[in-house]
Amino acid sequence: MERIYFDNAATTAPYPAVLAAMTETAQGFYGNPSSLHSEGQAAQKLLSACRAKLAGLLGCAPDELYFTSGGSEADNWAIRGLAKAGAKKGKHHIVTSAFEHHAVLHTVQALEKEGFSVTYLPVHEDGYVRPAELEAALRDETALVTVMYANNEIGTIQPVAELGAICRAYGVPFHTDAVQAVGHLKIDVANENIDLLSLSAHKFHGPKGIGALYVRKGLSFPNLIEGGAQERSRRAGTENLPAIHGMTVALETALADLDKTAPCVRALRDRLIAGALKIERSRLNGGIERRLDGNASICFEGVEGEALLLHLDLAGIAASSGSACTSGSLDPSHVLLALGLPHEIAHGSLRLSLCESNSEAEVDYFLGKLAEIVALLRDMSPVWEKLQNESKQEGR
Amino acid sequence: MAYSEKVMDHFANPRNVGKLEDASGVGEVGNAKCGDIMKMYIRVEDGIITDVKFNTYGCASAIATSSMATEMIKGKPVSEALKLTNKAVIEALDGLPPAKVHCSVLAEEAVKAAVADYYRRQGIEMEIPGCDGHCDGCHLHEA
Repeated sequence: MERIYFDNAATTAPYPAVLAAMTETAQGFYGNPSSLHSEGQAAQKLLSACRAKLAGLLGCAPDELYFTSGGSEADNWAIRGLAKAGAKKGKHHIVTSAFEHHAVLHTVQALEKEGFSVTYLPVHEDGYVRPAELEAALRDETALVTVMYANNEIGTIQPVAELGAICRAYGVPFHTDAVQAVGHLKIDVANENIDLLSLSAHKFHGPKGIGALYVRKGLSFPNLIEGGAQERSRRAGTENLPAIHGMTVALETALADLDKTAPCVRALRDRLIAGALKIERSRLNGGIERRLDGNASICFEGVEGEALLLHLDLAGIAASSGSACTSGSLDPSHVLLALGLPHEIAHGSLRLSLCESNSEAEVDYFLGKLAEIVALLRDMSPVWEKLQNESKQEGR
Repeated sequence: MAYSEKVMDHFANPRNVGKLEDASGVGEVGNAKCGDIMKMYIRVEDGIITDVKFNTYGCASAIATSSMATEMIKGKPVSEALKLTNKAVIEALDGLPPAKVHCSVLAEEAVKAAVADYYRRQGIEMEIPGCDGHCDGCHLHEA
């Protein structure tokens, strides 16, 4: 059997059309978009066309879009930029959620060390921020709010439009890290009251090393890189046109097919979750209702996530774990702890993230292997032995 | 982070997995909160560890270090098993990633805990340092 790739939240395989566009651009549009000659102007024309296309797909104006090296850069720029702009007006408070991606979390923590105070909104056991709790957290000195669009580990989709509306009403800039959502959901930044949005191409079958930050016009916002006039002088450096073109083709393709692919991916995901939850003492992490179509995050008591992940890999399946071991720390994932899961259960987590090229046969093969591996690991687990003894005693 | 071939071999095909019903000594170390628990069973005849089994809850390196530790003490006198160090286990596995060194510490402590239990059953009390349930403790051994 060929390898099964269930780790699309980590990264995706580029669409063939993306690779074709990138090659064509690298060979045929090598001119520098800043040059006045024909080669340069041809590249400039393609760059503008890509920007306009992407802006149209996101519901913003082309000059509200800034290309970056990816999601982490966009997150860092957005948060540091808003914090700096806020600090000028004497605002030193940030509101975020407890389960942000590290690109956001670590940036906010760095600002905390620099003197900002931070409110971490709870995400409750279902994995959703409550709009009323955001409203209650806002202060006169709040410089920014940053809440992710969809969580990278458990896939829960936040009530972004509502959160944005509250921020708008209070005049606080609202940023969302939409790295997991763009290309998987239809997003309209204007309709959803979003002031800044980060995205990354390789999460929707585009190339790595390219992303973008949307910044609503009129927002006071500092530059990231000084130098040439690229990105309206906000982020200098010759544009990575092949990657930008690849990203454009990827988002166009992903969204054009979304109505067709989303129900298929969701059906596969639901089949996988139903099958996995047949294993005793397992649980789905996060609510099922507003959840990314491809995401399944499941905990198995009595087994440890990394061991599960590596056994699956030996069986030909690429998955991910929210366990301590992937991060090199002894603590389990901050996302699962934010849901209120105890450490010993959070250690046994597994994330499967599907896409439209996965199949029912793959899901069924996975479920067979999963049951075998969980049984194998539980058979040698003193934690499982204890759980079994406890339930025997309770049964008496 | 990458594991050596030996770690992957002992993880995928662990030696001496299981329990001993008539064990001469049983030791359990670690803590589910930290993500690793090792339970080691030894059978001792005439001062020699004639059989050893383990049960481990934990990551690949926890399983591999348990497996390697059992191989290293099987057939050895009890006194020699007590000299097993986490460093020797790491060397036998062709190395561990730095973040996983604590697993080898647990393996060493599991052996010692099983031996201490054996001595206790013989009426000999011995002081053996073990896991205190604080994960930070493991990092002290890394240097």
